[in-house]
Amino acid sequence: MSNSSDWWYDEAAGPMVRPYAMVSGRTRPKPAGEDLTLTTQVRSLRTTTDQGTLAVEHLEIIKLCRKPLSVAEVAAYLHAPLVVVKVLLSDLIQRGDVITSGPATTVAPVDMNLLQKVLDGVRAI
Amino acid sequence: MVSVQSDRPGAGQGGEELLVPSSVKIVVAGGFGVGKTTMVGAVSEITPLRTEELLTEAGEEIDDLYGVEGKTTTTVALDFGRITINPELVLYLFGTPGQDRFWFLWDELAIGAIGAVVLVDTRRLDAGFGAIDFFERRGIPFVVAVNCFQGSHSYTAEEMRVALDVADTVPLVLCDARDRESCKAVLVRVIEHAMNRLDVMA
Repeated sequence: MSNSSDWWYDEAAGPMVRPYAMVSGRTRPKPAGEDLTLTTQVRSLRTTTDQGTLAVEHLEIIKLCRKPLSVAEVAAYLHAPLVVVKVLLSDLIQRGDVITSGPATTVAPVDMNLLQKVLDGVRAI
Repeated sequence: MVSVQSDRPGAGQGGEELLVPSSVKIVVAGGFGVGKTTMVGAVSEITPLRTEELLTEAGEEIDDLYGVEGKTTTTVALDFGRITINPELVLYLFGTPGQDRFWFLWDELAIGAIGAVVLVDTRRLDAGFGAIDFFERRGIPFVVAVNCFQGSHSYTAEEMRVALDVADTVPLVLCDARDRESCKAVLVRVIEHAMNRLDVMA
């Protein structure tokens, strides 16, 4: 791929990045983070133990998630690709620095009661 | 995955339970440039955010990428907005990537969605066919919203329904993606449609 004339991407495909540099080349979240989806809610715990081993991006996430935010929002505010944010979050989940909505509530089960709440909420905006 | 009830140090310290809301999502699909992000922005409580998924992860099995892993990679942008329903529930609105080559990403977006909007533009009706087909096949409740740009009011909803070959059971509404009330009405139709479907199945 050293020949610049045969690049397969173009402008519409988006910017070129080296995203894994941020997570020491890791391309998969730790097991603690493998269930993370776009809308999983993340919240920092009040007491964060030993911050010494954390990267700047980890600390930024802890700061962002003082109020609950989705994985997608964290990625957007951090200007980092989703997969990178999932890796960073998996570190924090494993350390116990953040908590997430559990598997059962990550995607709320769709029932009448839930839909009614959403309907009322949308009408109220 | 750690739940709120975790006994990890710090969780709920001092008897105080830290609330982590649950979330629901509605997908806004349609062709490139049809007004998806405009619609999301019209109803979102935040300026639509953009997040990026890496093509190498999402499309691992795509042959074209062979040999480029570990070098550089490209990204697919997703625009989304948020409506906080209450402290325990947040609604997210996700715009699908418009380019056809990013269809594989739609699956992750569609999983768990309470419903979808297929936004179409009268000038390029065919751009909506793929999205309609996608949600029909997956049984996800959706409404077709025709974005009426200036000067494109010359069709009735019935004419649009025939042109798009949409079943009578699928709601079809005319809207203005720039207008908050109009987009609210579209979302209300999506949720009501999802409720009707649930009612029929029960």
